[in-house]
Amino acid sequence: MENIEQRVKKIVAEQLGVNESEIKIESSFVDDLGADSLDTVELVMALEEEFECEIPDEEAEKITTVQQAVDYVNAHLKK
Amino acid sequence: MSRRRVVVTGLGAISPIGNTVPEAWENLLAGKSGIGPITRFDASAFSSRIAGEVKNFDVTEYLSAKEARRMDVFIHYGMAAGIQAIRDSGIEVNDSNADRIGVNIGSGIGGLPMIEETHDDYLGGGPRKISPFFIPGTIINMISGNLSIMFGMRGPNIAVVTACTTGLHAIGMSARMIEYGDADVMVCGGAESTVTHLAIGGFASAKALSTRNDDPATASRPWDKDRDGFVLGEGAGVMVIEEYEHAVRRGARIYAELAGFGMSGDAYHMTAPDTDGPRRSMLNAMQNAGVTPDQIQYLNAHGTSTPLGDKNETEAIKLAFGEDVARKLVVNSTKSMTGHLLGGAGGLESVFTVLAVHNQISPPTMNIFEQDPECDLDYCANAARPMKIELAMKNNFGFGGTNGTLVFRKF
Repeated sequence: MENIEQRVKKIVAEQLGVNESEIKIESSFVDDLGADSLDTVELVMALEEEFECEIPDEEAEKITTVQQAVDYVNAHLKK
Repeated sequence: MSRRRVVVTGLGAISPIGNTVPEAWENLLAGKSGIGPITRFDASAFSSRIAGEVKNFDVTEYLSAKEARRMDVFIHYGMAAGIQAIRDSGIEVNDSNADRIGVNIGSGIGGLPMIEETHDDYLGGGPRKISPFFIPGTIINMISGNLSIMFGMRGPNIAVVTACTTGLHAIGMSARMIEYGDADVMVCGGAESTVTHLAIGGFASAKALSTRNDDPATASRPWDKDRDGFVLGEGAGVMVIEEYEHAVRRGARIYAELAGFGMSGDAYHMTAPDTDGPRRSMLNAMQNAGVTPDQIQYLNAHGTSTPLGDKNETEAIKLAFGEDVARKLVVNSTKSMTGHLLGGAGGLESVFTVLAVHNQISPPTMNIFEQDPECDLDYCANAARPMKIELAMKNNFGFGGTNGTLVFRKF
């Protein structure tokens, strides 16, 4: 099974329309991958869907990079 | 100051009989039907189970997968037809002309498929399941909005909504904008995609749809004695229209002149037709074009295949043209092959009308097996007819008693 980082990168690639090869762990959605405010809302929805969790708005605002998304999922994934 | 003249310089089409203008036109002249059983959803519980669906359409020829996912299908069709028309016109949008080029592509209903799907998501998962792209993905003016962004067109950015007259009104009002001086070039027309539970169910509930489910290809049969309603179609028709001198200066190919536009309201009934509104719409268009009824050879009718509507339009044509002149007209309904594209109808059928003038041929009205004696004009039954067309008229009428008519002149 793919690890969390691979799954997050796959979703980011699909949602933001960028090649997976361009996505680094430190990539910022807005600054490096061209996302706007609506893109980031939709990205969080896709992460919720993939990892079957609910990310509260105040937490979602802090997720601005691939690393932060991976960290959030690792901390909150249902064991 | 004399009136600024308007000419047609680019055409685009996504339709049940082809996803390019040449393909759709060839199939139209050959009398091919685009109607078949509904494939978009399980229609087995519905009284009408047929539609003119767009087939083999690949949106990624026009938009990235990411962009496409965030727009409902009517926007895909409208943008695809718009992109085709802009390419066909050869116009280059640049810093010196961008402020003078506008977009006006409407839709009758808009993003109903995405509205239905999003409502399902909401019922299943609550408000957090509603996408931030739901609103911009479904509202009607987003064909114009997205196309203006894609090409950098900074002139009028607007969308007409008048039910089944939408596409025609969009073209007519765009011509007015050019005449008045708001723009030099307009990308205009209509698009629709509502092969969904609610649209089929709603029109079926109003008893507006054909239920000839066992024989889809002959279900749309304008002016035939056994017509039993319209067949829902989908797609888009868009044209680039342009101020005459502007088109000449850049050496553009001119398909036809848009010579006149008329409008009217029935002030009669929500859905039932009336003869007086269409009559006045046709007269207004002729007056605007400065022509008399005997100068017009070809009329692309609204011709939806409903029992009331076809008879009503026939009577209105006779009232507008006079009975003797009306009998010399060649009247044609291309809906016999495409079905009824609602807000897209006026766009697609105006493209066909321009091609009829440009190529000097009337497309056929298919499926007239036994002509209704109460509909007694020349409908160009069942075979295309080469003919001299100096002036052509195009009608569309819509729910709410909204009427529109265009007049195109051979160039």
